Amino acid sequence: MVEQKRLIDDRGLRVDGRKPNELRPIKLEVGVLGNADGSAYIEQGRTKILVAVYGPKEVHPRHLGLPDKAVLRCRYHMAPFSVERRKSPAPSRREIELSKVIREALEPAVFLEYYPRTSIDVFIEVLEANGGTRCAGITAASLALADAGIPMRDLVAACAAGKVDGVLVLDLNDDEDKYGEADLPLAMMVNLNVITLIQMDGMLTQEEFKTVLNMAMEGCKRIYEMQKQALKAKYLAIKEEVEV
Amino acid sequence: MTIYFEKRSLVVPGDLLAEGDYKVGENTHRVGNKFYATRIGLFDFKGKTLCVIALNSFYIPKVGDIVIGTILDVRVGGWIVDIKAPQLAMLRVVDALDRPFEPTKDDLTAIFDIGDMILAKVIAYDRTRSPLLTIKEPGLGKITHGRITSITPSKIPRLIGKKGSMISILKKETGCQITIGMNGLVLVRGKNPESEMIAVKAISKIERESHTTGLTDRVVEMIKKMKEEGGVSSG
Repeated sequence: MVEQKRLIDDRGLRVDGRKPNELRPIKLEVGVLGNADGSAYIEQGRTKILVAVYGPKEVHPRHLGLPDKAVLRCRYHMAPFSVERRKSPAPSRREIELSKVIREALEPAVFLEYYPRTSIDVFIEVLEANGGTRCAGITAASLALADAGIPMRDLVAACAAGKVDGVLVLDLNDDEDKYGEADLPLAMMVNLNVITLIQMDGMLTQEEFKTVLNMAMEGCKRIYEMQKQALKAKYLAIKEEVEV
Repeated sequence: MTIYFEKRSLVVPGDLLAEGDYKVGENTHRVGNKFYATRIGLFDFKGKTLCVIALNSFYIPKVGDIVIGTILDVRVGGWIVDIKAPQLAMLRVVDALDRPFEPTKDDLTAIFDIGDMILAKVIAYDRTRSPLLTIKEPGLGKITHGRITSITPSKIPRLIGKKGSMISILKKETGCQITIGMNGLVLVRGKNPESEMIAVKAISKIERESHTTGLTDRVVEMIKKMKEEGGVSSG
């Protein structure tokens, strides 16, 4: 056995120097792609993700269309260069599963019933992965959906929390996720106070679970505010430029 | 009875607009007695009706709309037309010809071929069927010349302006004929390519800056400047 890396140092700081209750630095940008109907880019620490949204449009192949609502199709994909060792570009078991959970996290937010017999396609492209890609993917995807002008009940913000070296921490990075004790990704529609995704691996006591859940919800709230700012920024920049 | 935003303030999906006895307008959504925005846009209310003027939207056909479309395919009984709606539209031969259609003699590609652009009217559309078009009305049919530009459909009222103020300025200043398709495609027909280009640039300026104030003045100023410079290069 290799000696375990210490994830919390003597000062109580984490591997990247953050305090337990601190998010990684987040950069959000909306409308970065010209050819997509809507798009968004997120940087959360070293995790970098690009999302493009198309639709609503005709469903191809046709038989996948539904008579009473639109189909939301998600493709979570990691670029071959997104991880240290080259990843095969073919969709892996993990990517197919994440596509499904991300779709289910976004579905409650979108008014799919307005557009029957159409599809809304979401492409989540992970450019660099350093933990928390499903959460960052959801955060960016909901921004891209809003940017595409698709009616939504609320924006979906996502954030993970977990347990590392016995300490409860917010927004785990890759090392903390791999070598930590527990990880709980959470996605929620903050204004409506609805959870749309909750997963967990590792072990937590009931008390710890409650604390970690609250921490993740707090993280989602902070990310939600940043999402709103990022969406408005696209239009406020034009406003400032022309209104002197 | 509280409204949380001022008129014309920028809202995003999920923003709580108001609480109490109001009515749902465009791009708003109600849960109990709380009203939320569903699109990014400018908040507005008329009386008790709350609405959000979307800054980005797509076209949902309405019966009676005049639209601009591209012929995508020629089938046995008609044409498949892209009108930038979620579904492809259909133009049947009976809605295009003013005489009976004879399958042995008539060649549909001679009337409209793939890639042709048409001005048409929506005659049927609902949740269960794709849009159906007609060109059997004066002014409708194949577009033979001019320039097409696009604008997000929710900004068409801004392009027209209050009582047509914006569009009449555009027409007067550029000398172009401007036909607005409700699906966001705009046909500009002028005497020369330069004046068409000026109109197209002015329309894209209106689209980009629709949420700002003092837009009409800036558009007039821009057109004047471009006319002085002797038009713009068609790039």
